[in-house]
Amino acid sequence: MEGLRVLFVDDEEDFRETIVKRLKARKIQAMGAESGIRALEIVKDNDFDVIVLDVKMPGMDGIETLRHIKQMKPEIEVIMLTGHASVEFGLKGMQLGAFDYVMKPAPLTELLDTINQAWNKKRGLH
Amino acid sequence: MGRKYSRLWWRYFLAIIGFSVIPFLFVHLSLSTLFDRIYTARVTESLRTSVENRRDAIDLFLNERITQLFTVANTATFPELTDEAALGRLLGILRARSDYYTDISIIDREGNHLASAGTDHDLLKSANSRNEPWFNEVRAKGIHIGDLCTAHRTSPHATIAVMVRDKKSPLILRVSLNPKGINDLVQQAWTGTIGDAFLVNSKNRLQTVPRFGGEFLTAPTLSRSAAGSSEPVLYPDLSSTVKTRVEQLSLGGTNVFLAAAPLRNTGWVLVLKQNRDEILSPLVKGRYWMALLTALGLAVIAAGAALFTNGLINRIRETDRENAAKSDMLLQANKMIALSKMAANVAHEVNNPLASISETAGWLQDLLAADDLAASPNFAEFKDSVEKIEHHVERARKIIHNLLGFARRIEPAREDFDINNLLDETTGLLENEARYANIRIDKQYADNVPVITSDLSQIQQVVLNLLNNAIDAIGSNGTITVGSHFLEQNDTVEMWVADSGKGIPEEELDKIFEPFFTTKAVGKGTGLGLSIAHGIIEKLGGTMRVQSKAGEGTVFTITLPKN
Repeated sequence: MEGLRVLFVDDEEDFRETIVKRLKARKIQAMGAESGIRALEIVKDNDFDVIVLDVKMPGMDGIETLRHIKQMKPEIEVIMLTGHASVEFGLKGMQLGAFDYVMKPAPLTELLDTINQAWNKKRGLH
Repeated sequence: MGRKYSRLWWRYFLAIIGFSVIPFLFVHLSLSTLFDRIYTARVTESLRTSVENRRDAIDLFLNERITQLFTVANTATFPELTDEAALGRLLGILRARSDYYTDISIIDREGNHLASAGTDHDLLKSANSRNEPWFNEVRAKGIHIGDLCTAHRTSPHATIAVMVRDKKSPLILRVSLNPKGINDLVQQAWTGTIGDAFLVNSKNRLQTVPRFGGEFLTAPTLSRSAAGSSEPVLYPDLSSTVKTRVEQLSLGGTNVFLAAAPLRNTGWVLVLKQNRDEILSPLVKGRYWMALLTALGLAVIAAGAALFTNGLINRIRETDRENAAKSDMLLQANKMIALSKMAANVAHEVNNPLASISETAGWLQDLLAADDLAASPNFAEFKDSVEKIEHHVERARKIIHNLLGFARRIEPAREDFDINNLLDETTGLLENEARYANIRIDKQYADNVPVITSDLSQIQQVVLNLLNNAIDAIGSNGTITVGSHFLEQNDTVEMWVADSGKGIPEEELDKIFEPFFTTKAVGKGTGLGLSIAHGIIEKLGGTMRVQSKAGEGTVFTITLPKN
């Protein structure tokens, strides 16, 4: 997964930081963002292959953030991160152009699989 | 409860009775009054006709006599009339056809008796009639009919006198009649068993002897026995009657009809008496029948009202029961909604820290994979601990997953889902409870069960309810079998929950889906009654049935259409 650039957006700090660390350990260029606003700022200045977006965040939620990202850089693949109670947001995200959704808490392998598929799609490899 | 319905019963019953009986009685009373009046009018009319017919018959009788006398008087010669032997022959001729004549006399214009036949001649001869009222009347009018009297005779008799227009000097022909002819005519009006009839003269003296009491030539009275009183009762004075009349009055306590008609030839009045009760007996009988019919009608109304009220009250009772069941269902549904919201909140709040724990453990795993740590003396302990953390996070994750799956949505919905997954999720919620009770959960899923479209959460509730019941039925140590099956020919899926519990007695098996039926102690159970479960499945187009054998266990089978 070398060369893969991932932005992980989640308001839960411990969760976010740990995931970012684990992604980096797998040679992924991973960054974290604690809110939708922050994510948009980062996306404006940086290029990513895949963005993982939590749907439930204070302030701008995942769906809103997804809309902005898709306007700004439609080529970036987005994976929605949902709780079990908010699967419908995941589905809604997919209607708005997200690649897929993953229910949390999910084992990292599952998330990695999905990220990889999204990356493949972006590279036209699928 | 029972008193409320019984009071309601009486209220409706009396209202129906009131509204139907009052018009009924009103009709009955007005009809019977009308009938009464019409019948009385008919009776009065018939009495009037009766008395007039009888009066005409008597008048006719008297007219015949007068005609006979005129004929005799105007065909006999003077010597024949004054010769007693010839007069006797004349009397014989008269008597031959009319056996009423007792005697005949000829009187001159001075009032002297010239001759007579059929009577004591001497007694009559000595009497001069010049000053008597009848003598003057016959001289003035040419005819006189006298009241019945006993004058100069041994028995009552009536007299008729006519003028004989002789050329030399006028004579008066006078006969006396025995009362038999008139009596016969009057007595023909003694109708029924107590009908009476008699003649009175202008001074209200009896001219014929009535059937019940009263002496000849006295004022008419009703005898004690006929009047039913201690004293004879005097009739009202009808002697001055000039026109036929019919009256209804009380005579010594007895209601009677009196009809009176004046005779045309004399000052006599014919009186008819008829007992009211007797003459109106058809009316009384009619009233009796009417009362009987009314009583019958009232009985029918009462029975109908009772039947109708019974039906009505049963309907009300049924509706009340349904409403109670419905409100119970609503209460349960509200409870479920509150419960599911709480469960969703708890699950969500627990989910985030759990995700962090999971990832942190994952990071530790990552770190342990690095070579430098593998050499650490506690490497095995680290690895074991992290794996345990991950294992328990996974357990918690499953619990949350199941809890959310159960709580996700309560509102009716249609969505596609897999029956086997649903059974897995639902049994997952109760696995711990079952394990503590040493109950094994056996899964017998068919592989070919298709995805169905129905209300996932409602079906999940039903299955949860069945599983809870199964655990309760077993108590401890036993097996619950959960299974699924696809019925291709009907395009339906079947799932069942079987337990190895105590079973349900046959007599309770029929009632098991009825509201409020429970064998559990108060306060136990999931809150979802089997009746509600049954209702949910039926609403979704499926069926739910139960089979049970005491001592062997119970099987609940749910069938659902694929779509």
